[in-house]
Parts: sequence; structure tokens; C-alpha cells
Amino acid sequence: MTWGALLVLAAGTYACKAAGPLLLGDRPLPPAAAVVLALLPAALLAALVATQTVADGRAVALDARLAGVAAAGIAVWLRAPFVVVVAVGTAVAAALRALGLP
Amino acid sequence: MGVAVGVFGVSYGVLAVAAGMPIAMVVAMSVLVFSGGAQFAAVGIVAAGGGPWAAVVPGLLLSTRFVPLGLAAAPFLGGSARRRALAAQLLIDESAAVALAQPDARSARRAFWSTGVVLAVTWLAGTVIGAVAGTAIEDPAALGLDAAFPAGFLALLAPLVRTRRQRVAAVAGAVLAVAATPVLPLGLPVVVAAAGALVALAVPPDRVPSEVRS
Repeated sequence: MTWGALLVLAAGTYACKAAGPLLLGDRPLPPAAAVVLALLPAALLAALVATQTVADGRAVALDARLAGVAAAGIAVWLRAPFVVVVAVGTAVAAALRALGLP
Repeated sequence: MGVAVGVFGVSYGVLAVAAGMPIAMVVAMSVLVFSGGAQFAAVGIVAAGGGPWAAVVPGLLLSTRFVPLGLAAAPFLGGSARRRALAAQLLIDESAAVALAQPDARSARRAFWSTGVVLAVTWLAGTVIGAVAGTAIEDPAALGLDAAFPAGFLALLAPLVRTRRQRVAAVAGAVLAVAATPVLPLGLPVVVAAAGALVALAVPPDRVPSEVRS
């Protein structure tokens, strides 16, 4: 991470937050834009779950992360809070690594 | 709510430092970006070995959700342009949600500011605590910390896959990203996955009430 990239992320995030209050005023978002924007987080977060579970650089690899994420999935299903979900996923992966798995 | 955000901040701080980011950057992000999702996404890609710009683009894409949120909150951010500009920085899901739940504009504005300020402080405090604690971590993989990111993203995803279109977007996004992984540089597969949102448009929306709400 570089400071330049960090500032771009900050500026872009702020621009999104301020666009409504400062620019659009009373005008609503075009409905098509609103629909797509509402679906973006689902697509992006799912992509992050998938790639951060099975990607190893540019290769696809199955390792302790998969078990960790599966355990985290159960925690999510049981409506555990965010930190518990992360802790469960981390602990399961760590346990498998301690047993010698990749 | 402040405690939950603070603890989320701690996990972000720990993971960011464990990924190799200097403490100053980790803390600066929590002040300047002030978005758990975008920060987590950026740090996750850095942790996986991606470069700064590969990390920033997915974070920016995740931040686009603030556009409709800002529009919804705009009536309560009222006042001078300068005040609205300041208020915008405090916009996160929680501050908007609390404001929108108020019965009138005045209490909404007050709720937005107080919630926003409190959560900004707890987020920052959590980040600092996590970052300091994170410097003690020598081997993130042995601690299973690389699993922490997808676990966290899964937790963030869960409330967002209620409608049929959201589920299709999620599946399409995941498939696109994994398919692109051997082909594109680090971080870009997630950007390609944004097209999953367009794929979902091919599916008819759920019956009106929940679709309009989402």
C-alpha cells in the first residue's frame, strides 16, 4: 500500500459519500443506477470470499482456509457476531495448520 | 454499537499490520477512508500479495454503495454546504441507519452527528489498539489469519443475499472472480466480479416490497 493509493481510496470513498448530499440534491438516482449499485456489494463481497479462500497468487489452491471459511459459514448461519465469525474461521485454520496441513 | 464497531476496528488493525502495512497507514485509513468494508477489502488484497492499486480498486467499488446511502441521508445532513461536506465523511451504514430511524429531521440530524462522531472515535481507537497488538504477530499464516479475511467478508456478505437478484449477483461474482484468478493480476478478478451485478439483472426481481427496499 502506498500513500498515493490510500489517498485515492479516501478521496473516492468520500466522493461517493458526498455525491448525494452535495451534488444530486433533490434529484433521485436514475432507477437503473440504483438497482445496479444495490447489487454491487453482493457481487464484490462474494468475489472476495471466493478469491481469498481458494486463490494462492494466481493459482487456485485448497488449504486450511477452506475449512476456516466453512466453519465461519456455520457461525454466520448461527447468527454469530462479526468478530466471532472471524475468530472461528481463524481458529479452525490455525488448528489445521498446527496439525501440519497447508 | 460503539463496542461492535470498536472490536471490528481492532480486527482491522491487527490484520492490516500483520499484512505488512505500516501503523501510520493503517491508522490513516481509518481516519480518511472510514469504511470498514473498503478498508478490509484493500487490506485483504495487500495481505494476499496484491499491489496498492489492485487493492484500492475493489475498495472503491465497494464504496459506491455510499452513493444511494448518501442520497437517503441527504435530507438530514442539512445546513450549509460546508456542514454537509463535513457530515458526509461521517456517513457509514450505522450513522445513516440511526438517523433514518428517527421520527423527525431535527432528531435525525442530531442522531446522525452523535452516532457518526462516536463511531469514528471507536473505529479509530479500535484500529490503534489492533495495530499495536498486530505488530507482535510474526507468522500470520500459522495463526490462520489469512482465513480471517474471507471469514470477515462472509459475515459482511450474509445480510446482503436476501433477494433472488442479490444471490445471483453473489454467485456470479464469485464464479467470475475465481475463473479470472489464473488469468488476471492480483486484485483484478474482484473488479471483474462487479459484472456479476449486471448478470443478476437477467433475473426477475423478487416481488416488489423487498426488491424496492434493497
